Amino acid sequence: MSRSDTLELYEVFLRSRRGLDHKHVGSLHAEDPEQALEYARDVYTRRGEGVSIWVVRSNDICASQEDDSESFFDPSNDKPYRLATYYELPDEVNNM
Amino acid sequence: MSEDLEAKFLRKIDAEEKIEPKDWMPDGYRKNLIRQISQHAHSEVIGMQPEGNWLTRAPSLRRKAVLLAKVQDEGGHGLYLYSATETLGISREEMIAALQSGEAKYASIFNYPAQTWADVGAIGWLVDGAAIVNQVSLQRTSYGPYARGMVRICKEESFHQRQGYELMLVLSRGSDEQKAMAQDSLNRFYWPSLMMFGPHDSESAHTAKSMQWKIKRQTNDELRQKFIDQTAPQIEFLGLEHPDPECKWNEERGHYDSGELDWDEFYSVINGNGHCNRQRIEHHVRAHNEGAWVREAMQAYEARKKAKAA
Repeated sequence: MSRSDTLELYEVFLRSRRGLDHKHVGSLHAEDPEQALEYARDVYTRRGEGVSIWVVRSNDICASQEDDSESFFDPSNDKPYRLATYYELPDEVNNM
Repeated sequence: MSEDLEAKFLRKIDAEEKIEPKDWMPDGYRKNLIRQISQHAHSEVIGMQPEGNWLTRAPSLRRKAVLLAKVQDEGGHGLYLYSATETLGISREEMIAALQSGEAKYASIFNYPAQTWADVGAIGWLVDGAAIVNQVSLQRTSYGPYARGMVRICKEESFHQRQGYELMLVLSRGSDEQKAMAQDSLNRFYWPSLMMFGPHDSESAHTAKSMQWKIKRQTNDELRQKFIDQTAPQIEFLGLEHPDPECKWNEERGHYDSGELDWDEFYSVINGNGHCNRQRIEHHVRAHNEGAWVREAMQAYEARKKAKAA
């Protein structure tokens, strides 16, 4: 068995500055979450890119399917009245 | 030890850094945030009731779709805010219980009934307008999850005010009856909207500490003035009469002067004596209880799925 068979894949999320959301930056293999955290620090924050790291087992992520995206997101596509720009107001009061 | 932690916390606040869920924070800061954010969440959810009352009676399919989308947004905003509050270590069940027992408050404005179709316009324009003034300011609040929630909500909320004003514009350019209906709504919702900003700074129990901790970034009176200033020209453009006869532009201050609010009414509604206080909570309790079978069915479905997979 090769080593990568025993290692699990982790997704890495970084908060670049306090107050901002964690953003996905990539993934890596590790034995366990603690190790993944240390690897993520070594690999993804060598230049002070982050102040906080989240690691999540890739297998624990439930994702929508690209192929189904048309029907999956369809219910919101035909509702332009959810956008502020849908309401045309005269210039005098258009700053709201 | 705890002095060090508090000093570190205050240094972050002073440096305009956000506080994040796992950071150490003073008990008072946590409690103050739980009170404010959960109250904000309850307001979004209870706020669905007065407008929801008009969903089946909207005058056109377009207006109905718009109103449905707006009410749906408010429910979503409640969710963002409940989730932000949960990061502080309180559960959804505890918050709902506090709302239903009356221990937690929500914005008093929602204890006023939506009596006419024009009220749907006045609520979007004035009530959401006032909420936006407050929420824009809160995008800079010191607690990270709350600040990020506010950014998301403000982005979604911009359509609420515009659809309300557009509705008022149509009515105010319509028949005499429609114009009178718009004026009546403005008269009833103007003052309660100003009350949404809370008591005067000198009377506000929470303002001083909230400002020091940067939970609030502007005081009640500053925000109220901003709303008065932005609303006056909007009333004028509609061609409606301003409900406050004392509202006049003050060149020297660069602001509108205005008349005093009816603070007896404000405290009376807060203390449970508004038109709809009892009805709002009763309806929430009823809807929650009537939804119990849905929650149970979902649990049963999950259990069966797991049993099958095993």
